[in-house]
Amino acid sequence: MRTINVNDVKAAVSHACIEMNYEIDPKVLAAFKRQRSLENSKLSVNILSDLIENAAIAETYKAPLCQDTGMIVAFVRLGQDVHFEGGSIENAIQEGIRIGYASGYLRKSVVEDPLIRLNTGDNTPGVIYYEMTEGECFEIEIAAKGFGSENMSKSMMLKPSDGEEGVVAFVLETVTKAGPNPCPPIIVGIGIGGTLDKAAQISKKALFRNLGEPHTAKHIADLEQLLLKRINELGIGPQGLGGLTTALAVHIEVFPTHIAGLPVVVNINCHASRHQKIVL
Amino acid sequence: MDKIKINTPLTESICRKLEAGTEVLITGTIYTARDAAHMRLLNLIQTGESLPFDLEGQIIYYAGPSPARPGEVIGACGPTTSYRMDDLTEPLLRLGLKGMIGKGQRSPNVIKQIQTHGAIYFTAIGGAGALIASRIIKSTPVAFSELGAEAILKLEVVDFPAIVTIDTHGQNLYDHHTKN
Repeated sequence: MRTINVNDVKAAVSHACIEMNYEIDPKVLAAFKRQRSLENSKLSVNILSDLIENAAIAETYKAPLCQDTGMIVAFVRLGQDVHFEGGSIENAIQEGIRIGYASGYLRKSVVEDPLIRLNTGDNTPGVIYYEMTEGECFEIEIAAKGFGSENMSKSMMLKPSDGEEGVVAFVLETVTKAGPNPCPPIIVGIGIGGTLDKAAQISKKALFRNLGEPHTAKHIADLEQLLLKRINELGIGPQGLGGLTTALAVHIEVFPTHIAGLPVVVNINCHASRHQKIVL
Repeated sequence: MDKIKINTPLTESICRKLEAGTEVLITGTIYTARDAAHMRLLNLIQTGESLPFDLEGQIIYYAGPSPARPGEVIGACGPTTSYRMDDLTEPLLRLGLKGMIGKGQRSPNVIKQIQTHGAIYFTAIGGAGALIASRIIKSTPVAFSELGAEAILKLEVVDFPAIVTIDTHGQNLYDHHTKN
């Protein structure tokens, strides 16, 4: 049995909220630089240059990369031999968000009731998923998810006979319809299988993977590469104003599904891909 | 093409000279307003009340900045996605609004109204919140402060980077490349 004080969780969450909003993922920055050297229009080169400058300003002046500092989504991986002291784990994570968003001067973008729409004023609640595992592990993968890209995400219950071709067509249709709105260059998270909700959950989880890291199953990794190529052939480009760089990566997660179904969810992320892993 | 400098307020004759695809640097006054502020403005127009600022020749920036640190002018301040304001735009153009800055596609009606009223739709770089904030030298609350990040602010900007995306001739930069 291992004991963790929830105050340590609170502090780690608050720190992660601030840091991921100020500091660009080094892999995204490297991808901007690589793609800038490949782009062939002045406008797309200028846009990528501005995004590189933006990251430098954000880091120097401790300013958020983007004013939409997102809604927090966290995946908690919790060993069954872990015991918490000092309060509830759920409250500690929410309190960590509250402290991080206040002390980091981050935007509070969450409304209490989706129809009445009064801002909660502290960016809580975050969306938190718990996964139980053996042993004494305790990890939180945490992301600040912007809604320009979240709004362009889509689900589809395909037929089993639609197969891989159906998945490809749906992903390309979703990215095409999204066009400039989700702030390309984007990162495309795809969940295939499970149930409607499971496909959505794993499509989100896919966005937490290190940028461009392939899936462990070869046929899925191949599909990721095929989709990345096809998406970039759409010509949407940086900010949707034309160019070679529409997506920086495609990440797919899969889950067993029912004999009658082929659920697919496409969860789009903007280039401000803000996520961190907390291990206590 | 080099970036061209423009100053606010805009006039119809300035707008009619701007061509989609031109990169501009805007200096002068612009006003922030996004979803909730637009709904408030439209309510005021419908009930015949006066607006918190005169729209004639002005530019509205679809933005909701992050909070300013003590001593700073503003937090990160990039554009939000414009389509959510599409159904709320025509009444503002009728009252003299000449520019909008946002990101993403506009509806066919907004494109038509831009031509009719001689206005311009600019886009700014989504996700360049820190860079754009560095071009804002003053921020003054104008209305609806209870909306928090959605309040209307009057911003003084110097060389605010934007791209002429939909012009008075009906040219739409987004369509241009997809057709090609």
